Amino acid sequence: MSLIVSLAAGAQNGVHAIAPSLASADNPIADFSDTPWWLSLIKALLVFVFLLINTLLVIWFERRVIGRMQQRPGPNRTGPFGLLQTLADGLKLAFKEDLTPKNADKVVFLLAPMIAGAMAFISFSIIPMGPVVSMFGHRTPLQLTDTPVAVLLVLAVAGVGVYGIIMAGWSSGSTYPLLGGLRSTAQVISYEIAMGLSLVAVFLYSGSMSTSQIVASQKSLWFIIPAFFSFLVYVVTMVGETNRLPFDLAEGEGELTGGFHTEYSSMKFAMFFLGEYVNMFTVSALATTMFLGGWQAPPGIAAINDGMFNQGWWGLLWFVIKLWSFMFFFVWLRGSLPRVRYDQFMRFGWKFLIPVTLLWVVSVAFIRGAQLAFFGESTRTATVIVVGVISLIALAAAWLWEGQHEAAAVPAERPEEIDPFAGGYPVPPMPGQRLREPSQQAERSLAGSTGHPELSDQEESRG
Amino acid sequence: MTNPYVPLLFLAACGVGFAVVSVLGLSFVGPRRYNRAKVDAYECGIEPTPQALGGGKVPVKYYLTAMLFIIFDIESVFLYPFAVAFSKLGLFALVEMVLFILTVFVAYAYVWRRGGLEWD
Repeated sequence: MSLIVSLAAGAQNGVHAIAPSLASADNPIADFSDTPWWLSLIKALLVFVFLLINTLLVIWFERRVIGRMQQRPGPNRTGPFGLLQTLADGLKLAFKEDLTPKNADKVVFLLAPMIAGAMAFISFSIIPMGPVVSMFGHRTPLQLTDTPVAVLLVLAVAGVGVYGIIMAGWSSGSTYPLLGGLRSTAQVISYEIAMGLSLVAVFLYSGSMSTSQIVASQKSLWFIIPAFFSFLVYVVTMVGETNRLPFDLAEGEGELTGGFHTEYSSMKFAMFFLGEYVNMFTVSALATTMFLGGWQAPPGIAAINDGMFNQGWWGLLWFVIKLWSFMFFFVWLRGSLPRVRYDQFMRFGWKFLIPVTLLWVVSVAFIRGAQLAFFGESTRTATVIVVGVISLIALAAAWLWEGQHEAAAVPAERPEEIDPFAGGYPVPPMPGQRLREPSQQAERSLAGSTGHPELSDQEESRG
Repeated sequence: MTNPYVPLLFLAACGVGFAVVSVLGLSFVGPRRYNRAKVDAYECGIEPTPQALGGGKVPVKYYLTAMLFIIFDIESVFLYPFAVAFSKLGLFALVEMVLFILTVFVAYAYVWRRGGLEWD
């Protein structure tokens, strides 16, 4: 009881001590006052071109890396190292016939790829790609815009992007796209919950939803350390959100052909393809911003020469390096993991990720409360200690659980000899097992069931 | 630039413009050869099954998922302002938020127990 009272008192003190300094901490720290509208327009165009070029590059990169992982060269004929392969593919798509199935709802069928393609770009406007630089005689941050609810905006735009998928699936007037679209939508919204919850821990540490403020508050310690579990959950959910392997269930070729874009061809298909890759960049950029310190240099390099590498255009370099590490991770996943089953995927999302992330949010809130009340804003040691202890406990629990699991699995010893027809249908023997010879008893039961012993003999000789 | 949403519209205009130009503009570039089988629904070489728009049914499971999504999405939306203003609100907010999470957790446990999270 006294502990609670002291916690309350501590919290009160902490709040009074900290409140004045945080008076406007949730507002963006990036200063756009010296950015005229035409410069914003130029920056918007630059971001757009950056995304297009990166998409062209990453498709080539993915095919090359996958090729290397599968012991083959990958595309290497078009341009130097095959770099122009994606451009050639895009041109080829443009010159293909643009089909509209006769069962399709024409308007929605046309609208869906546009939504999927256009919405993907918008989120990137709030991603901070670097510190303040000088462009055309003005001092402006390397970020298109920032608002006090920037991260919420990304989630909102992602929510609108889902309409592209569901509309494509519904309007195609065909069974596979309908099922693929529904699956994809259910998948994206299920994982959006866990993704949204994983970000709460970051907001607790940064005290802001503005991306520039979040980057600024990671100056001393990247949030991947105090919010490591959130990072893990985010990485899983971002793969689920972007419909990428091992979670590309909407496009399971064996069951649904292409999923929601089965009926699409030519540039309409290209829009879905583009949207998927731009979305990959967006979720990776958000992960970089939220957990990996955004455009800030890695800890060792940041200390060199009084933070020289954290200024000007250097920020863009670190940002791009972090962004592309995530892209490599996506490709790596695709190269190494098989697709999961849909029920396993949904069970993992609803029954594991959501409750565990909620629990994590509550514990981070307690850690943060203790930090604010007892240790003060600047002390990160407490966080590191608590996180270390929690991860040790989690590891120990996992180890114990694994042990129990094995212990439970061992007693089910396999019999030396099995009757292949005991369960009503033939079962092959496990390694080391012997098939029981067809006994008279079995023959008798067969004969009893049919009443014609000579028939069962015939069956056996046939079979 | 005082309004932070104007640059957002610039980028949105780029994206929408690109999508509209490439989908509508380039749709005239490709060939057009009519073929009855080509405009049919894509299925494995058989007559297409009765499809969605004409009364094809959707498993009710998806509606349930959508409703559960709304519950938990609202929960996380309530957590955001709490997280942002946490350092100013202090212990009161912490206790309140734990109670709120527990309340939603009761609904979650109920749904789990009734098999609402099963997927077959």
